[in-house]
Amino acid sequence: MIAGRTPSQTVGPFFAIGLPWAEGPYVVPEGTPGAIWLRGTVYDGAGDPVPDAMVETWQAGPEGRFAQPRNPGEEHAGFRGFGRASCEPEGEYAILTVKPGGVAGDDGAHEAPHIDVSVFARGLLKQVVTRIYFGDEEAANAADPVLAAVDPGRRSTLIARPTEDGYGFDVRLQGERETVFFLV
Amino acid sequence: MSDEAAADDVRDAHIDPPYLYPDYVGTRLRAPLQPLVALPSRLTELSGPVFGGSRIGELDNDLTAQHEGEALGQRIIVYGRLLGPGGRPIRNSLVEVWQANAGGRYRHDVDQHPAPLDPNFSGAGRCATDDDGRFRFISIKPGAYPWKNHANAWRPAHIHFSLFGRNFTQRLVTQMYFPDDPLFAQDPIFNSIPDPRARERLISRFDLSNTVPEWALAFEFDILLGGRDATPLDEDDA
Repeated sequence: MIAGRTPSQTVGPFFAIGLPWAEGPYVVPEGTPGAIWLRGTVYDGAGDPVPDAMVETWQAGPEGRFAQPRNPGEEHAGFRGFGRASCEPEGEYAILTVKPGGVAGDDGAHEAPHIDVSVFARGLLKQVVTRIYFGDEEAANAADPVLAAVDPGRRSTLIARPTEDGYGFDVRLQGERETVFFLV
Repeated sequence: MSDEAAADDVRDAHIDPPYLYPDYVGTRLRAPLQPLVALPSRLTELSGPVFGGSRIGELDNDLTAQHEGEALGQRIIVYGRLLGPGGRPIRNSLVEVWQANAGGRYRHDVDQHPAPLDPNFSGAGRCATDDDGRFRFISIKPGAYPWKNHANAWRPAHIHFSLFGRNFTQRLVTQMYFPDDPLFAQDPIFNSIPDPRARERLISRFDLSNTVPEWALAFEFDILLGGRDATPLDEDDA
């Protein structure tokens, strides 16, 4: 029996031989009504794209419920809740999903629609965790308890912008407009 | 918070590496420099994907048998248990591994160091944990490889592990090392872990009793995930 928690180590530059898989970026199958593309670039502190990064997403479905084993497929046919996309070779990721609904907490607080995001990369000894909120949900965002805990001057780093086929969300690991990262 | 809980928190802070660890040059432009914002675990963080065996093929846990010929190198069995924060086994959870070949070369375009590729070794595996949280892979011992982080830098032999646990907070990517590697002392990735006892947990244990005579050596690697223990599913089960 081991004595304590196992520490994190970097995913390294060669994760692509083991982690990405063809359906990874598809939280929902292509052709799903209401599907959106989440697209963005991961940047380093010099403003350069990070090609050897990987993005994972976890979210509720449109009704604000999670794809847990107790309700498989109940909410949305083919909705996995989880996405994984490599940023190779140019630092860009793309994930096909549906916009989540708001999530009601046990404490009665209602969270605005959001997607949890983990970024792994060479040079990150542990993943960074952030959240995507949606620029067209102003009223819900204003009432969100997690956004409320973030310095107002940095909240914009968590807001995805509407695009032609979905939303855009870049991650800045360091430097000017560094993305807000969370301790989970 | 009790004194004991506070002491646990302090100890816990020395387990994971810091983001900025300048000796590992890759962290210098990629480490966030702003303080992290505490995210109390809410429903999103206390749930997580469940894969089980759905995307696992028959040979995915045997990295030596994924091609026509056998992979070159010292055959090894790598096995262990995946445990949650309370030490409870995490069952039916996806474990993903990837590694260099016996010559220390990854099958990846970016790895151009002059060691041979092995046509019979891809270097990636998957399995699901059983009811006791156990996983088991057959592979070959990876070689050390040079990586230009500093003068004459070599990574100790290692296997990358990706683990999910039972919710978003438990997600872990780490590396398993081998006992008595002379390269530990000069490796900033291994040494980025502040607590030396926590570093030791990444070193697998050679296990003579689980070797297969005339066939393979065995190494044991148990993994204990951090994060929160509660999941909405647990509450359903109660």
